[in-house]
Amino acid sequence: MSTSVERFDERARRQADRVGSTTVRRGELLRHPVYTRVLHWLVAIAFVLSLLSGFALYSPWLFRFLTPIFGGGAMTRFLHPWFGLFFDIFFVFQFLNWFAPMAWTEADRRWLKRIKEYTTNKDKLERENVGFFNGGQKLYFWAIVLSGVLFLVTGLLMWFDHLMPRWIVAVSYVVHDLAGLLMLAGFIVHIYEGTAAMPGTFRAMTNGTVTQKWAWTHHPAWYRDVTGRDPRESYDRERRRQLERERAVERWEREQDAREPLSDDRVP
Amino acid sequence: MSNPQTFQIQEISAHPGPVPGQGTRREEEVCKYIDVTTCIGCKACEVACVEWNSHPFRETTFDNTYQTMPSTEWNYWNLIKFAEDERDGNLMWLMRKDQCMHCEDPGCLRACPADGAIIKYENGIVDFQQDNCIGCGYCISGCPFDIPKFNEKTKKVYKCTLCSDRVGQGLEPACIKACPTGCLHFGTKSDMVQIASSRAKQLREQSGFANAGVYDPASIKGTHVIYVLHDIKSPERYGLPANPTIPASYTVWKWLAKPTGLLMAGLGLLAVFFHRVSVGPKLPQPEEPLPVEPQPDTLEAKRKEQP
Repeated sequence: MSTSVERFDERARRQADRVGSTTVRRGELLRHPVYTRVLHWLVAIAFVLSLLSGFALYSPWLFRFLTPIFGGGAMTRFLHPWFGLFFDIFFVFQFLNWFAPMAWTEADRRWLKRIKEYTTNKDKLERENVGFFNGGQKLYFWAIVLSGVLFLVTGLLMWFDHLMPRWIVAVSYVVHDLAGLLMLAGFIVHIYEGTAAMPGTFRAMTNGTVTQKWAWTHHPAWYRDVTGRDPRESYDRERRRQLERERAVERWEREQDAREPLSDDRVP
Repeated sequence: MSNPQTFQIQEISAHPGPVPGQGTRREEEVCKYIDVTTCIGCKACEVACVEWNSHPFRETTFDNTYQTMPSTEWNYWNLIKFAEDERDGNLMWLMRKDQCMHCEDPGCLRACPADGAIIKYENGIVDFQQDNCIGCGYCISGCPFDIPKFNEKTKKVYKCTLCSDRVGQGLEPACIKACPTGCLHFGTKSDMVQIASSRAKQLREQSGFANAGVYDPASIKGTHVIYVLHDIKSPERYGLPANPTIPASYTVWKWLAKPTGLLMAGLGLLAVFFHRVSVGPKLPQPEEPLPVEPQPDTLEAKRKEQP
């Protein structure tokens, strides 16, 4: 199965790259190819639509604010299952695309142990064994897989509620909502980490590239794999270069300062 | 569906905030009392219901009984249910008028996610407002009596209104008016309970139905349609649940999970915001320019600086 999936995936990537393109400039690395980016945003759009329409039905406090976006309550009710279905369909492709690099490893277990240092920025550099995805990203991925399945099953039960016994439908509402909350929690963190928390990350899903600095900081093992260089050494070299540059600037400034009284004399 | 201005509203489905005008007007609780022991199954009430509500005549389903169709429909709110039963080796033909029970604690209203689609008046009538209905069908699963029915064409749910339009004008529901045997009664809840109780007592003492009693299930805080049954111990024989309940998940879900979920979402957003403000972003290393030593900011540090 996995080989046919890989073959399908490979073909999809190649075709997407033929339509779109990714420009990798000097000092940058290719992070996500066109196919992955397009899939990501298809999933994201379907998810946001599902979330907004779902939240309208979820909470009486939000019903009035969110249903008008979709053309009223009845329309929201009509569209929501379709948004959800599209989300699940797009995500199946993303799942096939990503489930290999998302496999849980020993490194991720260790990453999870240092989650406190990670969130408080005590660890400025990620540990060396963090690969293409870190433990948090993998957790989010598998949370989506889990809630995606829950959404689909309970969603279908609620969609075809007239075929189901009463209690199954009643339980489905709750499970569907809990899956939604799980997704929302992950979603908030995901957006934050992808934008404000880690500058330089968002472009991975727009341009498809990241800087090498970003790569050795956040995904050292991946950096090693694609460049063949040691992330620590690269970091140290960059640091030395920066220090030298700073010293050179300081030296130049001192020289300027020393020259200034002379230039004052020259003023007529 | 009646003009909501007619009665004082007590409860509105999925409505944030208070109910307008709640508790400003006194209203007597109304009740329909059905004496199944004197029902002859003539179905005059069915016809009256269809006529008053201007429903089109619909096809009936013959399934070797006298029953018009298996269950109530979106445009057939009143149905006499026929059941054959045995008592002391003899056949008993049970006839019961099935319609919305207008529960004091309505499961449909509890389950409904649409603001104002289901309202309950102070007088106990539970009324659907199809203008606000979004057709999700949650009320169908919320109802312990299988009453609300979905219309595939309009994508809305319909059920008996207890003729709220008639009651608002001081008239009895159409089914009551049509009943030829007087087995249907309409009035205030307290009056109906009293009449029903004395009828049950009569059945117990004079007609040999030792288990006769009033069906007004306490598990949903009573209903605004009550029955006198030959045998109150086994209402299932009449197709009534002995202990009608609203799935507990609704309570957990609506009054606990939803507010908690929203609160957690809000706190999550706040947490993320304050993480950015306090801990700050995680920049690619080494940062450019390199961070310098933090400036002393406490009074003590400043005092130390100035000799």
